[in-house]
Amino acid sequence: MRLKLVPSETKFDFFRFSTMTLGASVLAMIVSVFLFFSMGLNLGIDFKGGTTIRTDAATAVDVGAYRAALAPLNLGDISVTQIADITKPDLNAAQIRFEAQSGEEAASVEVLEAVKAALKAVDSTMTFPQTESVGPEVSGELVQQAIIAVLAAIGAVLFYIWLRFEWQFSVGAIAALVHDITLTIGIFSLLQIKFDLAIIAALLTIVGYSLNDTVVVFDRVRENLRKFKTTPFKELLNMSINETLSRTVMTSVTTLIALISLFVLGGDVIRGFVFAMIWGVIVGTYSSVFVASAILLRLGVKRDWDKVNDGKAGTQFAGIDA
Amino acid sequence: MLQFSLTKKIIIWGVIALGFLFAMPNGFYTRVETANDAKVLMADGVRDANTVAQAAQWPNYLPNTLVNLGLDLRGGAHLLARVKVEQVYETRMDDYWASILTALRGERATIGTIRRIDAANDEVRVRISEPAQIARAVELVSELARPVISLSGAGSNDIDVTSEGAVVVVTMSDAEKIATNTRTMDQSLEIVRRRVDEAGTREPTIQRQGVDRILIQVPGIGSAEELKGIIGKTAKLTFHAVVTRTSDENTPLGARQVLYPSQNEPGIYYVLEKTPVITGDQLNDAQPAFDQNNRPAVNFRLNTTGARIFGQYTAENIGNPFAIVLDQEVVSAPTIQSHIPGGSGIITGQFSVEQTTLMSIQLRAGALPAELEYLQESTVGPDLGQDSIDAGTLAVIVAFAAVLIFMALSYGRFGLFANVALIINVALIFAILSIIGATLTLPGIAGIVLTVGMAVDANVLVFERIREELKKARSPIKAIELGYERAFSAIIDANITTLIAAMILLVFGSGPVKGFAITLGIGIITSVFTAIWVTRLLISTWINAKRPKTIEV
Repeated sequence: MRLKLVPSETKFDFFRFSTMTLGASVLAMIVSVFLFFSMGLNLGIDFKGGTTIRTDAATAVDVGAYRAALAPLNLGDISVTQIADITKPDLNAAQIRFEAQSGEEAASVEVLEAVKAALKAVDSTMTFPQTESVGPEVSGELVQQAIIAVLAAIGAVLFYIWLRFEWQFSVGAIAALVHDITLTIGIFSLLQIKFDLAIIAALLTIVGYSLNDTVVVFDRVRENLRKFKTTPFKELLNMSINETLSRTVMTSVTTLIALISLFVLGGDVIRGFVFAMIWGVIVGTYSSVFVASAILLRLGVKRDWDKVNDGKAGTQFAGIDA
Repeated sequence: MLQFSLTKKIIIWGVIALGFLFAMPNGFYTRVETANDAKVLMADGVRDANTVAQAAQWPNYLPNTLVNLGLDLRGGAHLLARVKVEQVYETRMDDYWASILTALRGERATIGTIRRIDAANDEVRVRISEPAQIARAVELVSELARPVISLSGAGSNDIDVTSEGAVVVVTMSDAEKIATNTRTMDQSLEIVRRRVDEAGTREPTIQRQGVDRILIQVPGIGSAEELKGIIGKTAKLTFHAVVTRTSDENTPLGARQVLYPSQNEPGIYYVLEKTPVITGDQLNDAQPAFDQNNRPAVNFRLNTTGARIFGQYTAENIGNPFAIVLDQEVVSAPTIQSHIPGGSGIITGQFSVEQTTLMSIQLRAGALPAELEYLQESTVGPDLGQDSIDAGTLAVIVAFAAVLIFMALSYGRFGLFANVALIINVALIFAILSIIGATLTLPGIAGIVLTVGMAVDANVLVFERIREELKKARSPIKAIELGYERAFSAIIDANITTLIAAMILLVFGSGPVKGFAITLGIGIITSVFTAIWVTRLLISTWINAKRPKTIEV
């Protein structure tokens, strides 16, 4: 007996409510943009400059006391956050963050020593397992690099799709991609999860994953277009999605199983990063059907290219790839 | 499609066997690491019983390359420093001043007296007392210009000579600046490396980044502050003639004079001649020692040139004070009692034993040509690193097991084939990471977990396709062949898009992000290999052995 997440034959009509689902996606994107501008991203020191110190102590974290101890040092904007981890109930860790001090790049030895001494006065058992400091010069460059990386990745991948498919497919894929990235930035603004360099890596993985899914569906559409020349396009799209549905669900589930295991067990250092990827897999899977294909349906495709390629219809590797 | 030639089979099994062989040392990480360290010691001639026993822990015929653990996993410190290259310009201009002086001195009769006046750090300005002769002075100085030998600066000279009234202005050319920067960076890298090595830390990474930056990563060190202590200050040692001793910080200075504070007498300043008599470059050795009052001090010995200059200077200046200056602080200012011919001496001051030890390391390693400014730093404690390794390993194992079970439940026998391929896939990832000497970081572990989830994708595509073909009542062999054939383009397209994203991360990413990109990229390549070749070979072997009438996928 096999475990089957999706029945072996499905005939869902994915476009019955396509106006509604597309509308919902557009609305979610607008909300995300609004959240981005109203709440903003909780940028990590990679992008903003500043210093973070992780503390670990034998006794419970007292955010107020930590803050009070640091106040006399005049470090400017200070934040103290407790680090919670369900798998480690006896963890008494916190993260202290302060902005880059004027006139210096990375925090000087004197500033770090002063901060550590002030915190140790609160709790003498305290240790500092992690310290990171990024000067404004470097953080500026990192922001620039991150933006270039995301744009370059999108550009390169779209170029590849345009090479392999018709331009309408490219547009569908772009829309799905923009949708996924916007929604990810939206959720990061809403939940105020730290947005740092690692999240950029997660974003690019989402780009890859979302396209991966879209490409598999498109590949089947391309194949069916050659096989069924008279089937209405909507029906043909539906058929292609239904045929690949089992694979889409299987792959998403195995990837999610792996990611959730990492989310729960992988420790707090990496949790934000994994969260971004889980979110990306979910919205990426959704968007390959409800955004990419829905847009492809609205754009339609040129269907008479087969005539040029006489006799090759139905074969897998016909040279239709632009 | 299901027939494999013998050569192909041998290649596939060979790659798999090599994969396991090269991945294996990582399963015995501490043991292999200890053995490797011991072998390095033995190569240096250490032969004690303990080292020999440690080296024997891992046989020589087995591969011994390990995946490097990143700082976030092993613990250690990372620093990104900027070398203030422009500080070197000033020293270079001092050298030019010496030649300019020699060149102009001979024609004092026509151009009058020569005086160096204050200028920007990449200039020398010389005022002559006969403004009418400025053209002659410029001509003389211009003869000193030498072409810069470099790839980019072809055809340009090291100095540009112009005049402003009675002042000859000598400016360092851009080509010369570039050449100087390269030298400064090479020297700084070398000195930082020597200082870090002298402190006995293991496997430090010291690299040049960009125009004027140095990346320093040292695993196993307690904190970035400690690392900064080891790299220390510039440790620029100079001896100067003393003009006066004062308690007024704002003492007006004459031309080419400087005011440095005293290191151990608060509120006391020394006015010194700016051009040093001797610099630390002429130092042969420095050792921590104690002076006659048993206070920590540093003994130094100058090289032959240094000893000659020092001997001559002390002979000519008996009774005058001279200042020993370390990083712009007057450490001591003794009066010259007698001619000192041997070139050795002692630096006394208020030091602790640690300070004199560090100071002698830094003096021995040589002065940094310019100061360092730290742009970025991070420290990860070894415990946190170990926690991350433990958590990461657990997550990988659980993810792995869950995916294996899920695949077996979903695809039965074919799921098992995919599982074997998945295990081979992870072994291949570790083998490749070890062979290319890549560094595994925490995001890198995440990349592996993600690969475990995504690697089955290619197999899922094939299996789903086989199911479809079976529904069309194809024979098992035909269905499998068509399944592979028809899923191929989807597999390639889907994986290339992810690979493009991984490559771009690798190019633009920095630090831990790179680690993620490497494991993700390698994972994509190995997963395509295992899905297309390994599972198919397994299926083909099974089909050929059993010849099943029907199959269930």
